This record gives sequence, structure tokens and C-alpha cells, in this order.
Amino acid sequence: MITFTAVTKRFPDGTVAVDDLTLDLPEGKITVFVGPSGCGKTTSLRMINRMVEPTSGQVLVQGRDVMEQDPAELRRGIGYVIQTAGLLPHRTVVDNIATVPYLLGWDKKRARSTALELLERVGLPAAYAKRYPAQLSGGQQQRVGVARALAAGPPIMLVDEPFSAVGPVVRAQLQAEFLRLQQDLGKTIAFVTHDIDEAVKLGDVVAVFHQGGHLAQVDTPEQLLAAPANDFVADFVGRDRGIRRLGFRLADSLPVQPVDAPRDSEWVLDLDDRGRPRGWSRRGVTASMQSGGGTFTTADSLRTVLDLTLTSPAGVAVRVDQHGVADGTVDHAAIAAHIQDDPIRAAR
Amino acid sequence: MSVLTDVAAFLAAGSNWQPENPDGITARLLEHLQYTGIALAIATAIAIPVGLFIGHTGRFAFIAINAGNAGRALPTLGLLSLVVILVGIGLVPVIVALVVLAIPPLLTSTYAGLQSVDRATVDAARGQGMRERQVLLRTEVPIALPILMSGIRNATLQVVATATVAAYVALGGFGRFLIDGLAVRDYAQVVAGAVLVAALAIVLDLLLAGVQRLVVSPGVSGRALTRTTPRKVSP
Ligand SMILES: Nc1ncnc2c1ncn2[C@@H]1O[C@H](COP(=O)(O)OP(=O)(O)OP(=O)(O)O)[C@@H](O)[C@H]1O
Ligand SMILES: [Mg+2]
Repeated sequence: MITFTAVTKRFPDGTVAVDDLTLDLPEGKITVFVGPSGCGKTTSLRMINRMVEPTSGQVLVQGRDVMEQDPAELRRGIGYVIQTAGLLPHRTVVDNIATVPYLLGWDKKRARSTALELLERVGLPAAYAKRYPAQLSGGQQQRVGVARALAAGPPIMLVDEPFSAVGPVVRAQLQAEFLRLQQDLGKTIAFVTHDIDEAVKLGDVVAVFHQGGHLAQVDTPEQLLAAPANDFVADFVGRDRGIRRLGFRLADSLPVQPVDAPRDSEWVLDLDDRGRPRGWSRRGVTASMQSGGGTFTTADSLRTVLDLTLTSPAGVAVRVDQHGVADGTVDHAAIAAHIQDDPIRAAR
Repeated sequence: MSVLTDVAAFLAAGSNWQPENPDGITARLLEHLQYTGIALAIATAIAIPVGLFIGHTGRFAFIAINAGNAGRALPTLGLLSLVVILVGIGLVPVIVALVVLAIPPLLTSTYAGLQSVDRATVDAARGQGMRERQVLLRTEVPIALPILMSGIRNATLQVVATATVAAYVALGGFGRFLIDGLAVRDYAQVVAGAVLVAALAIVLDLLLAGVQRLVVSPGVSGRALTRTTPRKVSP
């Protein structure tokens, strides 16, 4: 879908921002460019829509060299979301979203109705359509920026640190919404961030950039956490990568003990008449399921399950089926044993 | 006190407002508006495209930057006399002098307006697929409009006030009341002429303020900013 072949970018002042980059971005997936500041992520991204032109090498978009295409037309076919949102301050929200449809010559009615649909899709009330960007918060502007990039239905999106200017709570919310959108839309996305947590959370593939636009590693998030290719990547990924990696593994193959199996702890699991866990009790003291530990399903991650064992008074997490009926328990020793058999860990 | 009553009498006299009276206020007003309008139209046609080119490309910026100072240093009356010597008496020297007067504020404000546009906004517009002309006309100019309009208002005020020089070269306009009044020591007529020039300047500025309100987007003028302010981006 998008291919870099031996791409180098040297700016007129002599700065080599990207040096001999070769990279394939898989179709319908999110490829995250991550790395320290100034390592050439944005420059690489902008070579895809020809906002920056390569000094040598080739960038192919849907099989065609970007340098052989009309820049304006190329860009209209690629959604572009920018860190500061970059909305047009003199246009209302709905007209901002419809920017590319207008450029493509859609009739005004169709462009606007598409824009209104997208406004709703990115989670903003329809009443915001008539507002100006200055009347929106940073997070809301960012949503409009995403809607604008989607408006003409491009198969490709370039996204450059869209959530770095908002607070952590809004950021987590925007990230979740972004993933939900992508699940529906299946775009080919290049996503730039310098936040490794964001990279592993959003990426199907993560490309770790080193200073000077060198690729240090290209891998799935789980593989990146499990087996950093070198010290630079290991250092960049951070120290608690073991725990974070568990977030990518489902609890579906985790072996459980029967609910009524004898345990070391004095705490007893309290079930209602249909077998659903109510809480823990010990010598007349009770702890609700919410306050102590909790329940998990096979769709939860090992990280969640491990966390439950740590907060449960009995040191075990309770698995429930789709009806909420307890069908097994697991303690952290069992999780540790389960991870020991991990083939990825063995590889390193 | 008596001058003021005389001025009021002059301004109130019905005969002075009759359109048929070639020395009347109405005739002089039309002449004054004609000089002002022609000069502003020509100056705008020259200065705004040049200012847009300089502001958009960033080339020859020194011209736009120095135009303001050069403009202030030029004595209009001296220029008028020079052009009269070159081409003779008539409308041309007056218009030339007024055009030269109006170009600097127009050029400088057009340039300054474009300079004020956030580069990130321009980059975003280009990144969405706008061509250069579209970036200029659909992004830079609408955002620059408040500053551009203030330049147009500024130029208009200067031209209206200075169009009185037309009377020096035997043309009409409100300047006639000043020149003729001085010649016969009819100070009421002189003051009335000055009042008329000031009144015309105020009326035109109010009109342009109305135009500005119509053409400048509320998102840019700040009128939309009744509630939340945008969060500033920190790196
Ligand atoms: N127009 C330019 N002219 C000269 N040098 C540039 C230009 N744009 C970027 N650079 C340089 O190229 C290098 C890579 O820049 P780039 O913006 O791609 O980094 P980045 O990885 O996106 O960093 P950040 O995380 O800070 O955004 C930097 O050293 C930067 O200073
Ligand atoms: Mg960057």
C-alpha cells in the first residue's frame, strides 16, 4: 500500500533527517512511527503525501511513485491529521470537515451532510457544526481534525502526534475512539508519536526510529516488548515492558482451578444462588467483588488478570462465563507458570 | 462664536446643497468622492496583488517593509507639483499623488496581514490538498482580512483628507472651500470645508467598518469567542 525504498531526505541546510529508509506499511493496518524527538518521524510521514520530497529513493503509494503524481491531487486522496489540528479559523466546524470534499468539487449539500455524519462519528454533538475552531477545546479540535481527514473517504491516513497536546484523560479517550473508528473503517494508517505506550496501544506494526531516520526495529507491539532488537530499543521501550507485554496476551489459554478447590487463604468466595460471585468473606468480614479483586473473562488480557490477583484479598482472580457465573480461579503463581512456557520469551 | 454661526449657516443654506449649483456642497462632494474613489481603486489594484505576492512567497519582503516609511516621508503637495510640471494641470497629477499616498498603507497591511497567518494553518491547508492559489485565497486572505481591512480604512482616511489638494490645481472637491475661502478671507467657508472633509472621512470609515464586519469571519474577528478559549499547544 505504502512503500519506502531506500529513501533519504537531506534538507538544504545539510541536515539528513531520514537516511536510507526502507519500509512497508501493510494495507488496512496502523503502522506507528515512534522514536525520540528529531529522529525523522514527521519527515518520513510527510514524504508519503509529498509535503516533503525525498532527496533520493522512492515512495510508492498504491503502487505509484509520489513524485510522478500531482501533489494537490495526491494529498486530497490521503487524510492528514496534524498535531495542532491546523483547522481553518475562519471556517465553521462543518466547513472545516468538508474541506477536501469542497476541493474535490462535491456539491455543497453532499459535502455538508457527509461532514455532519462525521461530526457525529467522532463524538461531537451536531450543535457544534456551526461553531468556529476557536470555540472548541483542544481535544474537540483534534476530533474535528480527524473528521476532516476522513471526509472524502481516503483509503490512507497520515496522523502526526494528534493526541500529544491534550491531557492524559482526554488522550486515553481519544485513543480508544480512534481504535474503534479504525475497526469500522480499516484504513491504511501511518501514525507518528514519540510515546511508546501510545505506539504499542494503537499500532498493528511499530517502527522504532533511531536518530537520523534509521530504523531500529519494525515489529508487532508484543514482539517489540518481548524481544527488543538492541539496547536502544530496550531502553526506549522502558523497564516495565514485561508487565506491559501481558496486555497483549489473552487469558483464553490460561489454566484455571475449580471454583471450589481448596485454597491457602481463609477468604471464602461468596456466590449467589445462580453461582455468580458476590464478594469475599472471612470471619464475618466481607469485601465486595468491586473493591477486592474482580472477575475476568477469556477476552481479558493476562495483564488484567494479574492485576486482579494482586488486588484480590484471597490472591486469586475469578473467571466467569458469558452469564457471569464463576467457572474457575487463578492465582499469580499460575500466571507466572503460564508465562514461563511462552515461546516468545524462549526466543530471547 | 460668530464664525461658528456662519459655518452653521453655510452648511444649512439650501442653495449650497442644490445639485445644480456647480459650487455647491453636493457638486463638491461628488468631485471629492470621484478623486478618492479613482485613486483608491488604482492603488488597491496595484498594492494588494503586490502585497499578496510578497506575503505569500516571502520574496521582496523589504519592499513591503520599507514602503510604509517611504510613504510617510513623501510630501504629497511636492509630488503633485512635480507631476503638474511633467504632465500639466488636470486630473492626472491629482490621482497620481493620491495613488502614491495610498499605496504604502495598503501594501504594508496586506503584507503584515499575510505574515500574521499561522504557518501551521497554511501547512495544514496545503496538506489537505489546496493548490497555491487556493492556499492564498481560501486560507491566507480570509485570516489576514482584519489587518488588510484596517489598511484599506487607513488609506481611505488619508486619501479623503488629502484629496483637498485637487483645489490647488484648479480642480474641485471640498478643497475648493478651503482655497476659495482663504482667498476671500471667508473663514466660515474654510471651516465648513474642513468640517465636510472630516464628516466624509468619518462616514466612509463607518461604511468600511460595516463592510469589514460583513466580510471578516467571526472565527477570525474574535466575535465568535464568546465562550471557551482554545487550549494552547505545548510541546
Ligand atoms: N525544513 C527543515 N529544514 C531543515 N531541517 C529540518 C527541516 N525539517 C526537519 N528538519 C530536521 O530533520 C530532523 C528530523 O525532523 P522531524 O521533524 O522529522 O523529527 P521528528 O522525529 O518528527 O521529531 P519530533 O518528535 O520532535 O516531532 C530534525 O533534526 C529536524 O531539525
Ligand atoms: Mg514530528
